[in-house]
Amino acid sequence: MSANHDTATAHDRHDAHHAHADGHGHATLKGYLTGFVLSVILTAIPFWLVMTGAIENKQAAAIVVMVFAVVQIVVHMVYFLHMNSSSEGGWSMLAMMFTIILVVIVLTGSLWVMYHLNTNMMPGLHDMSEIP
Amino acid sequence: MAVPQPVETTFLFGRLTWQAFPLHEPIVVATFAVVALGGVAVLAALTWFRLWGYLWREWFTSVDHKKIGIMYMMLGLIMLLRGFADAVMMRLQQAMAFNGSEGYLNAHHYDQIFTAHGVIMIFFVAMPLVTGLMNYVVPLQIGARDVSFPFLNNFSFWMTVGGAVLVMASLFLGEFAQTGWLAYPPLSNIGYSPWVGVDYYIWGLQVAGVGTTLSGINLICTIIKMRAPGMSLMKMPVFTWTSLCTNVLIVASFPVLTAVLALLSLDRYVGTNFFTNDFGGNPMMYVNLIWIWGHPEVYILILPLFGVFSEVTSTFSGKKLFGYTSMVYATVVITVLSYLVWLHHFFTMGSGASVNSFFGITTMIISIPTGAKIFNWLFTMYRGRIRFELPMMWTVAFMLTFTVGGMTGVLLAVPPADFVLHNSLFLVAHFHNVIIGGVLFGLFAGIAYWWPKAFGFKLDPFWGKVSFWCWVVGFWLAFMPLYILGLMGVTRRMRVFDDPSLQIWFIIAGLGAALIAVGIAAMLIQMFVSVMRREKLVDETGDPWDGRTLEWSTSSPPPAYNFAFTPVVHDNDAWWDMKKRGYSRPLSGYRPIHMPKNTGTGVILAGLSTVVGFALIWYIWWLAALGFVALLATAIGHTFNYHRDFHIPVEEVTRTEEARTELLAARS
Repeated sequence: MSANHDTATAHDRHDAHHAHADGHGHATLKGYLTGFVLSVILTAIPFWLVMTGAIENKQAAAIVVMVFAVVQIVVHMVYFLHMNSSSEGGWSMLAMMFTIILVVIVLTGSLWVMYHLNTNMMPGLHDMSEIP
Repeated sequence: MAVPQPVETTFLFGRLTWQAFPLHEPIVVATFAVVALGGVAVLAALTWFRLWGYLWREWFTSVDHKKIGIMYMMLGLIMLLRGFADAVMMRLQQAMAFNGSEGYLNAHHYDQIFTAHGVIMIFFVAMPLVTGLMNYVVPLQIGARDVSFPFLNNFSFWMTVGGAVLVMASLFLGEFAQTGWLAYPPLSNIGYSPWVGVDYYIWGLQVAGVGTTLSGINLICTIIKMRAPGMSLMKMPVFTWTSLCTNVLIVASFPVLTAVLALLSLDRYVGTNFFTNDFGGNPMMYVNLIWIWGHPEVYILILPLFGVFSEVTSTFSGKKLFGYTSMVYATVVITVLSYLVWLHHFFTMGSGASVNSFFGITTMIISIPTGAKIFNWLFTMYRGRIRFELPMMWTVAFMLTFTVGGMTGVLLAVPPADFVLHNSLFLVAHFHNVIIGGVLFGLFAGIAYWWPKAFGFKLDPFWGKVSFWCWVVGFWLAFMPLYILGLMGVTRRMRVFDDPSLQIWFIIAGLGAALIAVGIAAMLIQMFVSVMRREKLVDETGDPWDGRTLEWSTSSPPPAYNFAFTPVVHDNDAWWDMKKRGYSRPLSGYRPIHMPKNTGTGVILAGLSTVVGFALIWYIWWLAALGFVALLATAIGHTFNYHRDFHIPVEEVTRTEEARTELLAARS
């Protein structure tokens, strides 16, 4: 017997399951404040770096600012979007990882491909021996 | 060059003038006459039989996933006729245009035809048919009563229709793009395509794309959230698995298409230089981006059909699917790998050896999981008691045809070989080989397999077999010559030919197309005959094929609520497992069933979007603005609609279920 005679039971079980196991990160004032303070700090440091020119090398400064931006993205996701490994039964984490993998593939792939295409095909360089 | 040239526009009609009607094209005028007469006849018939109210209440505004699925299939079949008409015209032109003959199509018209053929076949035939199949089958397979967002589903469908309407309108009003189905710049930029063709392309795809993306989100959510109790991921039917992966691909890749088309429209409308030849623009970036969408797209099309073949093979071999787990993993691996191969579409653009080898190798790797699937199907058939009904015939034809297509694909994946074969008829033959042999054969298998579920009677086998043989033989006849021509160096999209020795191959290909035409006709006859003989072909059990998955546990056609009681799943092939354990239908204890209510908002929103698209194509700015405001107002207005659900009263459920009990009792 596989069918359930009493849908109500099945539904109740389902609902109960939802209420407890879903594990939405709870929105607390403390969480929001922590997130806010971290965000302010993570914004202030790059701002200070750029304004004072603390790092001489421009490229290095740009990379440091980028790193802070990535950390800030993580902070937003954890404290404001309540991401953790158990929310929605792990699906949000999985979706996040899949998204990151795809974005990395698309960005690095495009940069790599376009770099080669530009080097080979754009006007100014026609020396076939230098093609990577 | 990038700056839009000043065009004669009037405030009221933008650049829409009397010249927009292609009265100088006798073929288009004749087509218009036929379509207009046919359209008037259909409208008159609908009015005469007073069907408008019925259609509006029961179908157009329906949020029932089954009805929306059927409407998607109807859209796909209607558009197939248009797309196939384009194909026949091309075959005819290429068979004629030898020995100094210009054929019967001028260049402007011919270029529109090959563009429209590609766009229509991918976006408005394959996509609606695949989406329709998923829409119909997935909720039934997972034991759900509808999709997660029923209104969104209706809206998605009508957006797809809106896109189709725009593309069809281009036939009689203005022109369609003459750029090939992906509209590469700089050709698609305003300097080289100044009139409305590319704009029809852009807005047709943007409107339909909204529908596709939303329906992807909807189905992912449905599969993740609404499975029957007990159905863990690894107990899901394979079709549901492949649908999940397909919709993940849709959600992850269609935004790229939307973005790249948005950039192209900025180039065309406001004079930016993303893809122009000068001012720092780079048309190669367009090609790169559009294939980042384009390659996953081909897997979006084929994956659900791999699911169909899995269901069909195991049902008609009377066996559990061989290697269920490996099938699931193969599907997931294909999903991820499909993002790593896009460059193989433009090996010849000049990336150089290191990039080309990387993408050549990833392309070859992707054939491994696909090959694993073929072996799984073969091993499922091995020592099975195979019933060669129509769906199984399509499946076997698929395995033979698709394998050849896959092998020519691996051939094209070798960059040096691709330098010879790129943009040749060999490539054209290859992708028709996998799209017809894989996607279309799979859809036909799926239609034949689930038709009795949807309508309560089987399809007529005789006309089905006529159609089957015409399609399969016609396909081989139509495309094998193209392989040969491609190897001889004939490029695609040619309108006239100099070398008379090539003509014979084009004539053979044309005969193949004619045979396919007979196959399509036989398929329509089959549907008509089946409806006429539905008393004889009737399926009263709800399980005509001795099926294995949950959709066969309910009646054919299923009641609006699908399942009176949510099934509980204990094993893979849940329905087979239930039958084996001597399942008996519960006969009492019904409860009222909570269901979503129909709404016309989807039709209105999609209609307004289509109007906005049309206005933007013709530069009718006031109409675009007005339409957009109306669109926002309707969408916001709909959020205040609090009457979105109702309960099917317990009496009605009891009546429906008791009728089925009587039917089943009368049989045994």
